[in-house]
Amino acid sequence: MGLVNDFEAIPDHGLSWLEASGEHSDIVLSTRVRIARNLQGYAFGPRARVNDREAVLKQFKHSVERSDVLRGGALLEMPKVPERMRRILHERRLVTRDLLGEAGDDPAHGTAVHFSRREPVSVMVNEEDHLRVQSLLSGLRLHEAWDIVDRLDEELGRELPFAYHPEFGFLTSCPTNVGSGLRASVFMHLPGLVETREITAALKGITELGLTFRGLFGEGSDVVGSFFQISNQTTLGRTEEDLVDHLDRVVRKLIRDEAKARQVLIRDASAETEDKVWRAYGTLRYARLLSFDELMGFLAPVRMGMSLKLLPGLRVYSLNKMMVFTQLAHLEQAAGRELSIEESDAHRAAYVRRVLATEGEVSPSDDESRGDDQSAQP
Amino acid sequence: MMGDMTCGSCGSTDAVVHLTQIVNDEMSTHHLCEKCAAEKGLESAPQMQEQPLLDVLSKMTQESVAERDWGNDECSFCAMTYKDFKKTGRLGCPHCYETFGTALPALLRRIHGGSKHVGKVYLSPDPSASEMERRLEELRRRLERAVQTEDFERAAEIRDQINTLEPV
Repeated sequence: MGLVNDFEAIPDHGLSWLEASGEHSDIVLSTRVRIARNLQGYAFGPRARVNDREAVLKQFKHSVERSDVLRGGALLEMPKVPERMRRILHERRLVTRDLLGEAGDDPAHGTAVHFSRREPVSVMVNEEDHLRVQSLLSGLRLHEAWDIVDRLDEELGRELPFAYHPEFGFLTSCPTNVGSGLRASVFMHLPGLVETREITAALKGITELGLTFRGLFGEGSDVVGSFFQISNQTTLGRTEEDLVDHLDRVVRKLIRDEAKARQVLIRDASAETEDKVWRAYGTLRYARLLSFDELMGFLAPVRMGMSLKLLPGLRVYSLNKMMVFTQLAHLEQAAGRELSIEESDAHRAAYVRRVLATEGEVSPSDDESRGDDQSAQP
Repeated sequence: MMGDMTCGSCGSTDAVVHLTQIVNDEMSTHHLCEKCAAEKGLESAPQMQEQPLLDVLSKMTQESVAERDWGNDECSFCAMTYKDFKKTGRLGCPHCYETFGTALPALLRRIHGGSKHVGKVYLSPDPSASEMERRLEELRRRLERAVQTEDFERAAEIRDQINTLEPV
């Protein structure tokens, strides 16, 4: 299994969630389902000592050899992974910040991530919980993701002594995860609801339904570009299937509301909406400096414009890619060196211009004819 | 571009929030100044939620119920105390769930609305008869669901699992 030092070993380089292949992929970028599992006899992540972590990793490695899903996959031991590659893994949403270690420090001893070659599923080892099994898929595919995680959980459960309590269920470091240990989350783009100011009521509604929302990069991150992660807040007292079904129903309702808001915007405020979309497109197409937040801000109307067919020729995949490859570690990897903030803004803008020029050129004639149509209207 | 706009509520000339409302599929636009918009509870960016667990913990402490229930117990496996837990919001090890077993249900109900696990049943390598029964119950429930959702591949797998557990 040896040391893995590049992305060749990871199926699809860990990017298949970007491919915009799943259901409703213009509104739902991706679906993630993860479960937390711990082993009996060792302190949880935050209190685990070096030999605890080593023992947990050793037991996990042993179970890999007996798992059809994991055998032959790629195991990355975080302390052995070069620093930039660790940050790239994080930017691709494949490992949590916990696994990166404190800034300037190496990741904690025994931390690792294992990617299956057979299924879109991975296992983080020695995170806050001993094991975090996660499946990250493109589009809205909650049941499929749960199914993949569930099957691997069955395999691992046959080999590993999970910490389980008949009353409290699967025991976790944080009591907010106990029981099923399941967190299902859907990464949504809701610019229509933000633009029509319905978002506050919508998000209030979901919190009353036992769900929660976060920004782009999970816990504590800001909401930028109208991107939200919607997930279950509670893990105890309902079956895994109920939790997944419930989230699925609420997300489908949000999708319908978002689609409706977009239709209303384009029908009743077509000039303003088109103006916003084209201005954002123009900025991304020609800007020379872009911060990441700025990019996300402009990407929101462009993404909506593409979904409303105002920007023919653009694909969801190109826009998804822009969100990942414009982050600092990815830009540094492409440049082959460290970048200052100013440099990264320039590299980011150059990358965006290139993608739009080669993958999403919107022909000026389309634009002109649109303008004519508009002026012909009363 | 948009020039100075009059706030539709108070009449000041610095309307900055342009509210688009949809009622019965019809859209109307209102212009409001920052102050009036805030009064109407309108924000352009939704506020992030606080970390609910630490919130719950601090509330419970205020009610001083927690201190009494949790007591001065120390986990015999990892030496975790309630004080440590309150600081980090993380328990130390699986054994903590036994140590703080009497105080936990109240906290779990506050967080989850329930304190009893009803999901997957883990079968230890050397399961007791009651564990086996719970596991079988769970598998039968899941089998029924797989059949309902016409996931016949999954149903067949679960049926195999049931067969290996059920006494012949």
